[in-house]
Amino acid sequence: MKMNVYVKKRVAVVGAGLTLFRRRMLETPQELAWIAAKRALDQAGLELKDIDCVVSGSAPDAFDGVHLKGEYYSEGAGAIGKPHLRVYVGGGTGVFVPIAAWWHVASGLCRRVLVVAEEKMSSAADPHPQAVFRHIWDPITEKPLNPNLIWIFALEMHRYMHKCRVSKEDIALVSVKNKRNALDNPYAQAGANITVEDVLKSELLVYPVNRLDISPVSDGAAALVMVSEEWARRLTDTPIWVEGIGYTLDTSYWTNRELSFPVYLKNAAEMAYKMAGIERPMKEIDVAEPYDPFDYKELHHLEGLGLAPRCGAAEMTREGVTQRDGDLPVCPSGGLLGVGNPIAAAGLMKVAEIFWQLRGEAGKRQVKKDAVTGLAQAWGDLMQVGTVVIMRR
Amino acid sequence: MGVSIRGGTPLRDEEFRAVIKEIDSPRARYSMAAGIAYSRFLEGLKRGEILGTYCPSCRLVHIPPKIYCPYCFKHLTRWVRASDEGRVVTAVVSYLSATLETLEKPEIIGIIRLDVPGHRFSSYRFPGILHRICGASEDDVKTQRIFDARVKARWLPEDKRTGSINDIECFEVIWG
Repeated sequence: MKMNVYVKKRVAVVGAGLTLFRRRMLETPQELAWIAAKRALDQAGLELKDIDCVVSGSAPDAFDGVHLKGEYYSEGAGAIGKPHLRVYVGGGTGVFVPIAAWWHVASGLCRRVLVVAEEKMSSAADPHPQAVFRHIWDPITEKPLNPNLIWIFALEMHRYMHKCRVSKEDIALVSVKNKRNALDNPYAQAGANITVEDVLKSELLVYPVNRLDISPVSDGAAALVMVSEEWARRLTDTPIWVEGIGYTLDTSYWTNRELSFPVYLKNAAEMAYKMAGIERPMKEIDVAEPYDPFDYKELHHLEGLGLAPRCGAAEMTREGVTQRDGDLPVCPSGGLLGVGNPIAAAGLMKVAEIFWQLRGEAGKRQVKKDAVTGLAQAWGDLMQVGTVVIMRR
Repeated sequence: MGVSIRGGTPLRDEEFRAVIKEIDSPRARYSMAAGIAYSRFLEGLKRGEILGTYCPSCRLVHIPPKIYCPYCFKHLTRWVRASDEGRVVTAVVSYLSATLETLEKPEIIGIIRLDVPGHRFSSYRFPGILHRICGASEDDVKTQRIFDARVKARWLPEDKRTGSINDIECFEVIWG
């Protein structure tokens, strides 16, 4: 079943690039953007003069400390003298950037688009980059309660544990897997061989969340080159096609719903599956990079995406289905838990990983099965946005 | 292929302290008008009432109230008074402040699904608010005994209320 969406041009990814993801980088936001962009152009075999349009993304301006962030880093993203669009949907931004770039190519407006995501969280160093999240709440009804961001994850995680009868041990397995996967990722910040016990014994922040349930604070950038079919054929024998995109929002009044299942994500996934002609996602998706800023989120998102039965993702994880050599490898990159979480760049890193996996270019991270179709997903704002991209070889 | 570029220059803590930096501390004070619906909601809190607006199309009661239904986009004109009692949908124990400093005394936070007399809601969408929970122990949270527990608002004394969500001190568990 194809969706009734008018697509003038098929869209392919032909190159990807990343910076290192690290807690503190010397480079400015522009320099980070430039490094990732240059690497993506190099892989595509293009130069900036070949690029028609630039689409970029970054999370709250308050991290980099410049309330004009898109314009500020734009020169490093190659946007000077070209149509440039910056998009932002909180944590969902990283996967929303290639979605917005897809519009540019699919509509026929641009043929070759440079796609860049950048985040420099370390600049907001005092007292802690997390403090920036004090200003994402409703200023009248929530801010006066002095919430911190970990509360809302903890509230959702505990609801999920209660509703689905999932233990902290089950959830910790995700952190163990992703951090181990990241040991094979040359860009990764938090690769490690840890045990479930290490997660449970790490510092308790907001019960049920411990330190090792959470991805780290990071600086970094990621970039892609996305082109029309005719350019894809000219540039490479192995383009990776963007076959489906999906994105939906719920309201930012996140306390008004059953948190154990993300309906907004289910809707976004259905939009993308329909467009890609996918009817049985569990059978048809070969490799997935769902958003994992917290370990339980990988389980929660697999269920929202229809890649696991409802309340069934923990069992899949226990049985090893989501390992790199499993039937559905999940976060082979190492995810945000292992590679790091420079917010917008982390989401785009997931799309880059699916690109490399489908091309067979993931090196030591390459999944065992012959992966033809892959999915990347991000999530964000206040428990309200899902962004999904489906790619095929 | 192009030139090879390093993937960036990571800094250790002591290197970060040593590199040349500009330090900026933006200060901004905001005075935010509460709007049509919230003004009435906050006036209600001052009187010890929790008010919402009812959408005749989806039958949801919005708390905090809206002048429109975000789902149906209808103009909402029917105000209803919710009970100041409800049930705990989820709860956590926070050992951290908003700026991630360690709290001396951990706080219990939860989402409370409020009762609205004469109204029923689906299990997916309901009037739920974020607030502190009192009268429960860390253990009540960790054993999940607190899920579905009945709670009732503990209000500040009337002369201390200012028209704020903090006019409710917390929701107190009524162990039954």
